[in-house]
Amino acid sequence: MMKKNLLAAAAALLLAGGATSSAIAADKLKVGFIYLGPVGDLGWTYQHELARQAVVKEFGDKIETTFLENIPEGPDAERAVEQLVRAGNKLIFTTSFGYMDPTLKVAKKYPNVHFEHCSGYKRDKNMSTYSARWYQGRYIQGEIAAKMSKAGVLGYIGSFPIPEVVSGINATMIGAQTVNPNIKVKIIWVNSWFDPGKEADAAKALLDQGADIIMQHTDSPAAMQIAGERGKLAFGQDSEMIKFGPKAQLTSILDTWAPYYIERVKAELDGTWKSGDTWGGLETKMFEMAPYTNMPDDVKKTAEDTQAAIAAGKLHPFKCPVVAQDGKDVECKGGDHLADDQILGMNFYVKGIDDKLPGK
Amino acid sequence: MQLVLEKRAERSKTVALISPLIAIGLTIVTMTILFAVMGKNPILALYVYFIAPLADGYSLQEIAVKATPLVMIAIGLSLCYLANAWNIGAEGQFLMGAVAGSWIAVKTQGIEAGHWVLPAMLLLGAIAGALYALIPAICKVKFGASEILTSLMLVYVADLLLDYLVRGPWRDPQGFNFPTTAEFDPVATVPTLIEGGRLHLGSILALIVVAAGAVLLGKTIKGFEIRVVGAAPRAARFGGFNANQLILLTFAISGALSGLAGIIEVAGPVGHLQPGISPGYGFTAIIVAFLGRLNPVGILIAGLFLALTFIGGEQAQIAMKIPLDVTKVFQGVLLFYVLACDSLILYRFRIIFSAPQVARGTH
Repeated sequence: MMKKNLLAAAAALLLAGGATSSAIAADKLKVGFIYLGPVGDLGWTYQHELARQAVVKEFGDKIETTFLENIPEGPDAERAVEQLVRAGNKLIFTTSFGYMDPTLKVAKKYPNVHFEHCSGYKRDKNMSTYSARWYQGRYIQGEIAAKMSKAGVLGYIGSFPIPEVVSGINATMIGAQTVNPNIKVKIIWVNSWFDPGKEADAAKALLDQGADIIMQHTDSPAAMQIAGERGKLAFGQDSEMIKFGPKAQLTSILDTWAPYYIERVKAELDGTWKSGDTWGGLETKMFEMAPYTNMPDDVKKTAEDTQAAIAAGKLHPFKCPVVAQDGKDVECKGGDHLADDQILGMNFYVKGIDDKLPGK
Repeated sequence: MQLVLEKRAERSKTVALISPLIAIGLTIVTMTILFAVMGKNPILALYVYFIAPLADGYSLQEIAVKATPLVMIAIGLSLCYLANAWNIGAEGQFLMGAVAGSWIAVKTQGIEAGHWVLPAMLLLGAIAGALYALIPAICKVKFGASEILTSLMLVYVADLLLDYLVRGPWRDPQGFNFPTTAEFDPVATVPTLIEGGRLHLGSILALIVVAAGAVLLGKTIKGFEIRVVGAAPRAARFGGFNANQLILLTFAISGALSGLAGIIEVAGPVGHLQPGISPGYGFTAIIVAFLGRLNPVGILIAGLFLALTFIGGEQAQIAMKIPLDVTKVFQGVLLFYVLACDSLILYRFRIIFSAPQVARGTH
């Protein structure tokens, strides 16, 4: 008797569950997100998650969002994207470079679903790309670092030697050289976007090698904590990391995806979504700088002026001539600065970096 | 009163049969409580995890795709483990197979090379995996080096070699310097079996491997030797079986299967060589091998079951907004119960009532 009741209850629950979810599907726009890390990484994925929450706040009942976190950039990615499509999502944000080919494959299979891929270069009628010109922020950080470093040595934690990271190192160096032409940078590659243990080890090694400012292109606040413990300075990455290094953080490049996500979801709701490529910078607030802290007022002033000049289009970090490591000028394809294609495919170090680019 | 775990005189056949069922039952009870505490409908959650993925063709295909490399690698590993040879480096052999096979794909890119390309890739992948596995095996046989350590460490060597190749010589010239080869040509791609799905020829090869493993272990002298060398080394010596030769053989087979799985994964679901082609297949396969009790059919079931929990976990994230961490707890709880219940095959619980106190013989 008891058993029978339970079974009946189970069946009822199942039916009820099925009914509500299909009812939702009928009138709400479903928006899906694929995340590389856990939502609690406090860096890259966290910022995408904040933007998703902003989207939910903006559109409320008109949409329903779903995310899949910790999806590796391998054979599982395509399935994850397709699972979202099959669950009825009509607009899907895939938020890491490695999802490019999987997203494209699924996009070709489902022409009526729209895809937004972060930081890639392959597009289709129903697949847009978007990214931010973080190198602008790196230039400002380079300037600050050179002014704040007593040793004249910067420590740089790299993730993977892909163009985005390489252009960040170069922009940092060019910015730093405007202050101190003899500035040195030491680079450690951790071959991971998110590995707090390795990032902390890299930070320690860099400090031990004489660097007194830590910069990072990895996503966890581990390096910030190490810098704070040792009484050194550091830059955050992706998100506001001041609480991990109240005395250490100079500033941080903040990924602010919310305006873009809201714009794209609105376009989807209005039926005006079109495929395109968005590569925004300080001028469109595609990213922002965290408050300038732990530095004297004059350094802060310089940083703010530089930021304003970049945002106004008066200063380009890759202004020609850009001199490569071998001492030769890089061909100037963008008028008075390097062309976007050259920055997007950057695979050389600028002069002054005493290191070899991996894979060169 | 005391509860003790007591060794059984022999393996209990009954418990061996019902132990997985007890494990699944306990998992369901535990997860039901967890889901209820989280405020999720437990019955719906279990349905989404276990039943829904089995109810549509797409998910079934994806389960097969996910299980293919796991099963293929685990079959090879089971031979090693049965022979008491501890190959922990299947991940490296997987990557080496992927690299070697991709070499042909990269070199024949865009020249319409013909239909020999894919078979050649698969063959080379298997050979490379076997040779790579033979390194720790030979070190073991010749120098007595621990194969656990050497095979594990060679994983990182393979990983870095792959990394070097896709960042350097094999990098896609049109790829903005990102670390990946160009997409393989159609002749260098493992064909899919069902239009629009991802199920590919590799899944059929995996089934053939399972059958071959079952025949080898059950019907051949070599299979018997492998089992005897592992279970009773002294008896094997008296029987004249050459343990060293079997270490080399099982490592070579295991490496070949891992390498084959690697090139199939690259030429199939991924479509090009890049870092991160394996989300730890070589290590997960160790779990699959033991979950399947080192038995080919058991491994097939275990591989499919583990794949089911991955797919079901994703669907639970989508359909019920259950966080990924819960999926991991779910897998952990399941493995824990399976292993715990398996210990009841060899042991049993006994309650010992404390004997009445006997007065000591002092006056």
